[in-house]
Amino acid sequence: MTPPDFSAWLEYDPYSFNSELKRERLSSALLELTEWHAESCNEYKRLINAFQISTAAITQMEQIPFLPVRLFKELDLVSVPREEIFKVMTSSGTSGQQVSKIYLDRRTAAFQTKVLSRLMSHEIGPKRLPMLVIDSKTALRGRWSFSARGAGILGFSMFGQDVTYALDEGMNLNVGEVKSFLERHNGAQIFVFGFTFMIWEYFVKPLLQKRIKLPLSSGVLLHGGGWKKLQNQSVSNDEFREAVSSVSGIERNINYYGMVEQTGSLFFECEYKYLHTPIYSDVIVRRSPNFAVAEVGEEGLMEVLALTPRSYPGHALLTEDLGIIHGEDSCKCGRLGKFFTISGRVAKAEARGCSDTHEISH
Amino acid sequence: MKSVINLPLQILVGDDKFRRHGHPLPPFSAEAMEFLSALSQSLFKNSSLRNHPDVAAFAFWCRKANLERLRREHHSPHRRLGRGLVLHITPSNVPVNFAFSLAFGLLAGNANIVRVPNTEKPQINLICAEINKLLARPEHARAVPMIRIITYPRNGELTAILSELSDARMLWGGDQTISHLRSMQTSPRCVDICFSDRYSICILEAKAIIDADRSTISKLVSGFYDDVFLLDQNACSSPHLVLWQGDAYQVESGKKRFWAEMNAFLAIKPQQATINAVDRFVHLCRTVMNFDQCEVSESWQSPISRVDLRSVMKEIDRYKGGNGFFFEAVDNDLSVLQSIVNEKYQTITYFGIKPERIIDRVIGMGLKGVDRVVPVGTALNIGMIWDGYDLIGMLTRIVSDR
Repeated sequence: MTPPDFSAWLEYDPYSFNSELKRERLSSALLELTEWHAESCNEYKRLINAFQISTAAITQMEQIPFLPVRLFKELDLVSVPREEIFKVMTSSGTSGQQVSKIYLDRRTAAFQTKVLSRLMSHEIGPKRLPMLVIDSKTALRGRWSFSARGAGILGFSMFGQDVTYALDEGMNLNVGEVKSFLERHNGAQIFVFGFTFMIWEYFVKPLLQKRIKLPLSSGVLLHGGGWKKLQNQSVSNDEFREAVSSVSGIERNINYYGMVEQTGSLFFECEYKYLHTPIYSDVIVRRSPNFAVAEVGEEGLMEVLALTPRSYPGHALLTEDLGIIHGEDSCKCGRLGKFFTISGRVAKAEARGCSDTHEISH
Repeated sequence: MKSVINLPLQILVGDDKFRRHGHPLPPFSAEAMEFLSALSQSLFKNSSLRNHPDVAAFAFWCRKANLERLRREHHSPHRRLGRGLVLHITPSNVPVNFAFSLAFGLLAGNANIVRVPNTEKPQINLICAEINKLLARPEHARAVPMIRIITYPRNGELTAILSELSDARMLWGGDQTISHLRSMQTSPRCVDICFSDRYSICILEAKAIIDADRSTISKLVSGFYDDVFLLDQNACSSPHLVLWQGDAYQVESGKKRFWAEMNAFLAIKPQQATINAVDRFVHLCRTVMNFDQCEVSESWQSPISRVDLRSVMKEIDRYKGGNGFFFEAVDNDLSVLQSIVNEKYQTITYFGIKPERIIDRVIGMGLKGVDRVVPVGTALNIGMIWDGYDLIGMLTRIVSDR
């Protein structure tokens, strides 16, 4: 089978397919990927065989088998010859935790970049803007194996120029450095990037404490990485926006949802605070416990689908995030495609059973 | 020895004068029997019992008639006496397990220190409150120095101090916990009874299922449900592998009937928590992606997952799932047992097959595992012979005259 090639998709505007057109084109593209992975990845082939799935019988993307995203932490899933792998992406996890390993060949990595740049130019325009990263340079360690944090920074740095890190090695806000960066680009539009929690902890908090307001009203803030840690501190999306605006004057505040398992395929929040599916990817909300497709407006498990994963079988993934689809093609912002919100993660159950650990202390 | 004072100890029943415990009694002493049957009665009078079927099961177990039955069953030709002080380290997630463990210790004639998990459990509070009420009555004065129920945060030091005092330890927990506890210093005569991670299976005879009448099949299905789902398939005695007996046609129709009934029964039960459904689905994908010889025989929308094996892998106990995940295979002459059973195997539940046949095979083949062969529906019924141990025997010593 010839490897799927979706480069023609880059010609279209990212939010230009209505539901009918998108369903038809994306379903058939995802099916092509399903057949590709079934042929090229041993573990995926076993799954298809064990479930007795006939790819010929699949007509809709809802029927495409989805992999639990957790499996990328346990299995090395690859759909190209090993010698073609040139980069392994890992999810950021605290030490001791298992991390996802995503194997990329050059073509997949290049296509991810192109998709991302298509999406980015929709948000910040085609020109490279002066870029302020709310993070420390130390996040970029390791050449062959990237953590999601480092990969995110590097990936987005392609859309910036004069990339400047706002935090020093000890994660302290370097106000002097930031101010001289802003003086260099006086009045220009600035691209500010960071992870939501980092921005809150190491940018918003110190600025509030020091009662400093940075002149960043021409800035566009792009941030992602989840709300879990902020929810623990009881900080809502609105409070976050307000606090960012009060310390920096930034009004354009774009949250995104995405994961290392589908790098490049991000979902950006519009001015009405809905996340949007571009033509290259989609979401399905599934009910528990039977994984049936949920109704619009109903909360459930998020399945994410994307065209980008070619060197590993990650084109249809069941996440452990909960979300709600609010509609399709009808958001007031004008973008076509489904629009949704993420409401949290599936609660960890308390294990019941007699083989539970009582105490290990050393 | 260090003092136990100033350690982060919370006492639920009794005091902290751990060295001043009651001297041992003979097994099934009148004092222990009367205390436990009084506990059974007072639990049954407690109105919150109906919210806790597990506590009700304990109360039912320690009713007077059952204790009398147990006493008769455990009649020994020797004169016996409790060993002294038993330390119980009970598991965090089966709330009433501590009560059974305590009852075994008491019936054997011992004083007991029971460490219960450090998490708030209504069942534990309920039982401890009733115990405290009874111990305040003069007729149970002899039981007072025999019962201490305590809790403390994970603390190896405290467990070590209590271990040094003990004449026997009942250790419930995962393999890692058990080896940690076993590495502690105890007196040279101390007896450890360890209840570690175990694996259990079920054997079903297809023809018996096909021929079963309505009420038999309903009872079978609800029994299987109890065995598996009451503790999310995490109990050591919950089955993970179902071995079928019968010819190809019988097995096919037997499976069809059994699992259709099971699905219908599950449909009227509370829905599985999302994380449990996800965990089960993850395990299903993990399994089929790792092994060649398997076929998924239940739609992934079903509340149970089943994987059909053409041949049973030798180390199948390492691939156990939870929340309703089963391997299935055919084994007409029980020869599969020979290749898979190791010391991890605990319970075989059965339907439509004579238990003697299974026990004969276990003994005849000299297997290292399988301690218990019981009908479907009774997997979780803990008893005084557990994990292959005769608990009364192990928690007593013989005073011999020869």
